[in-house]
Amino acid sequence: MTGGLRGPSPEERPHPEGRRNSQGIRIDPEAEAEPRTRTAVVSALVEHEPGVLSRVSGLFSRRQFNIESLTVGPTTVDGHARITLVVEETDPGIDQVKKQLAKLKPAISVGELDDDAVRAELVLLKVRGDEPDKVHAITQMYEGQTLDAGPRTITVQITGDHGKIDDAVDAFRQFGIIEIARTGQTALARGDTPTTPGEEPGHTAEPAGDGADRGVPDTNSD
Amino acid sequence: MSERATQPAPDSERNEPDEPTERPPVTSGAEAAVRALENAGVEAMFGVQGGAIMPVYDALYHSDIRHVMMAHEQGAAHAANAYGAVRGEPGVCLATSGPGATNLVTGIADADMDSDAMLALTGQVPADMVGSDAFQETDTTGVTAPITKHNYFAGDADTVGDTVGEAFELARAGRPGPTLVDLPKNATLGETAREPGPARLPETYAPQLEADDDAVALAARAIERADKPLLLFGGGVIKADATETAREFAIDNGIPVVETMPAIGAMPDDHELCMEWAGMHGTGYANMAITHTDLLIAVGCRFDDRLTGGVDTFAPEAEVVHVDIDPAEISKNVHADYPLVGDAGRVLDQLDEELERPPDAREWREQCRTWKEEYPMDYVTPDDEPLKPQFVVEALDEATSDRAIVTTGVGQHQMWAAQYWTFRHPRTWISSHGLGTMGFGLPAAIGARFAAEDDQEVVCIDGDGSFLMTMQELSVAVRENLDITVAVLNNEYIGMVRQWQDAFFEGRRMAADYGWCPEFDKLAEAFGARGWSVDEYDQVAPAIEGALAHDGPSVIDFHIDPAENVYPMVPSGGANGKFALSEEQL
Ligand SMILES: Cc1ncc(C[n+]2csc(CCOP(=O)(O)OP(=O)(O)O)c2C)c(N)n1
Repeated sequence: MTGGLRGPSPEERPHPEGRRNSQGIRIDPEAEAEPRTRTAVVSALVEHEPGVLSRVSGLFSRRQFNIESLTVGPTTVDGHARITLVVEETDPGIDQVKKQLAKLKPAISVGELDDDAVRAELVLLKVRGDEPDKVHAITQMYEGQTLDAGPRTITVQITGDHGKIDDAVDAFRQFGIIEIARTGQTALARGDTPTTPGEEPGHTAEPAGDGADRGVPDTNSD
Repeated sequence: MSERATQPAPDSERNEPDEPTERPPVTSGAEAAVRALENAGVEAMFGVQGGAIMPVYDALYHSDIRHVMMAHEQGAAHAANAYGAVRGEPGVCLATSGPGATNLVTGIADADMDSDAMLALTGQVPADMVGSDAFQETDTTGVTAPITKHNYFAGDADTVGDTVGEAFELARAGRPGPTLVDLPKNATLGETAREPGPARLPETYAPQLEADDDAVALAARAIERADKPLLLFGGGVIKADATETAREFAIDNGIPVVETMPAIGAMPDDHELCMEWAGMHGTGYANMAITHTDLLIAVGCRFDDRLTGGVDTFAPEAEVVHVDIDPAEISKNVHADYPLVGDAGRVLDQLDEELERPPDAREWREQCRTWKEEYPMDYVTPDDEPLKPQFVVEALDEATSDRAIVTTGVGQHQMWAAQYWTFRHPRTWISSHGLGTMGFGLPAAIGARFAAEDDQEVVCIDGDGSFLMTMQELSVAVRENLDITVAVLNNEYIGMVRQWQDAFFEGRRMAADYGWCPEFDKLAEAFGARGWSVDEYDQVAPAIEGALAHDGPSVIDFHIDPAENVYPMVPSGGANGKFALSEEQL
């Protein structure tokens, strides 16, 4: 025999009725369903050091965050970059995304963009060149540009919000899409609102003749 | 313990920077790295030599920092981890590139899971060879990125010193954790006269230390009106040096306390308010309390699944106050109704100040006391059954002083040690919780020995399987003549697995039974340590006495009942309140 522990058995003990959902939130077990996911655009201002992108993407795979797109590029402040992420998560999940991102050492600030934020995405579409006039017309319709036109293929560029790009891609299908490259969404907050909390304006200095001095030093210090 | 004459100076003298004039100027990146460690007050570090790290070792040649040469880099990491955990400062370990660095990985991951401050320094091939698959090149920053708080590639001799200083500070700031600096040979060999400046945290890192007043007020009101308030201390209480504050908070407000395993020792086990640790193998009374509380005040914990069981049934009646310095822990696993971001001690002070009256918890305290009586942590010692491990743990506890340090491997023995040893002080329980690393115990005992006071015994309660994983570190304990006692609770099984096979796999004991096990007492003697072998109850006390009296490492091979199981048990994903007291109840 083993043990020798005494006490009322599990059946003999009182058990509370309460329950929590998978997010650890107390719920009425009869009434409440699991929370729904939504799409959020999260912007992270980061120090542009080697490996920062792999830290961010590693975080997303490790924590199983659902990510739709990720874009990255330098800002006008030397050594800073902005990463824009589109994620599909529950509210607590989006909260975790923001907090975990903010924990990365190179992260300067992290914020979620409002619905009215300015968003844009770019797509390059290479289609068959059999019907150049029609391709041209559709390109015009989506305010796009033709970047390359040859006897066999035409490559156009369309920019706009996610929905517009989806529509454009659909419209070009009739020609036979040979190749496609989408950048994923990038975004900024509208008007005076900073894109990430506490973010300081990073004005570009008057373009210097030699183009050497980019960014304003005093926005880089705090 | 004569070897301890050369030990680091006690607390009062630590961290006092030496007279700068005494120290020769820095001439290389490696010297700058070592200078940064000296500036940080590092007194001992643990490592293994190798090509890419040789410049750093060479710089240590003239340093006062004591280097302990370990048998395996995993041992170095665990020793550094335990050293740091006992001292309350980052432990430092050192390894070469490639296999040296990858051997550290388990130890780094262990420190990461338990939020232990640790700094790992790894050698690397010269920066201009990185990416060429050079001899012993591993992408160490890539490999360790997910298991470090942050890691650095220090490619420039001029900045190596500052980077090491920053990494040390970052390891202990806010929520502690391991950091790593990868040191390519060109940077450590490279000439520099640059003395590292005062160690600074990265500009982007500024943990919030005090909670917002409004949030504190809301939480205080919830505490005042609670009928069944329960404090849940996590490892963060000890790491934040908030043990005294936390105890006073509990006692002044008459609130019972449960702990997570890393918090063992935060509240004295035998205090009337202490319900000990909750979760999978926690006490019945702790699990009853956590099931029935109406206000759980969690301090410095992360609601690990071995604590919560199934989240759906975790503290199902409770509003949750969650104090943590890491905002990402708030509402990660269990929703916090009252989130309080800040340092454990500071926020408890804030709460204490804000409270107008303690909660009226008289009936609840009485209920908790009743549960302690209903579910005592008993065990039986029938004459016709082999030696019981619980008895051995209690005998070791009795034979040692109040502040003795216990380290463990992972498995049944770890649970018995946690259950049956009476802990009364923080930083005396040193174990591998989040990662659950077999083999942690012996190297941890070595690290703890270097960190402990002379009069603190260091006892490693190990399993036979765990001991076999890092046993080679016994050579270090012998070489350094370290006064440690290893008690192997030898069931000739990887017992915890055997217990699960019996309970959940219909007794199919696949790859759990050794059938044959080395004689650990003789192995100890072969290493140059003292060894004992124990089968009978009346041999227990004399062997322990002999081992403790021996001024050097000893190993006692306790042949315990291989059939003994660990209970209470909440099966994975189960409800804490439905803990089983025996296999039949699972
Ligand atoms: C490095 C490592 N490998 C495997 C495991 C899985 N595991 C958990 S407990 C256990 C058995 C431990 O056996 P032993 O050290 O003899 O301790 P006992 O349970 O018998 O007390 C195993 C294999 C682990 N925790 N760590």
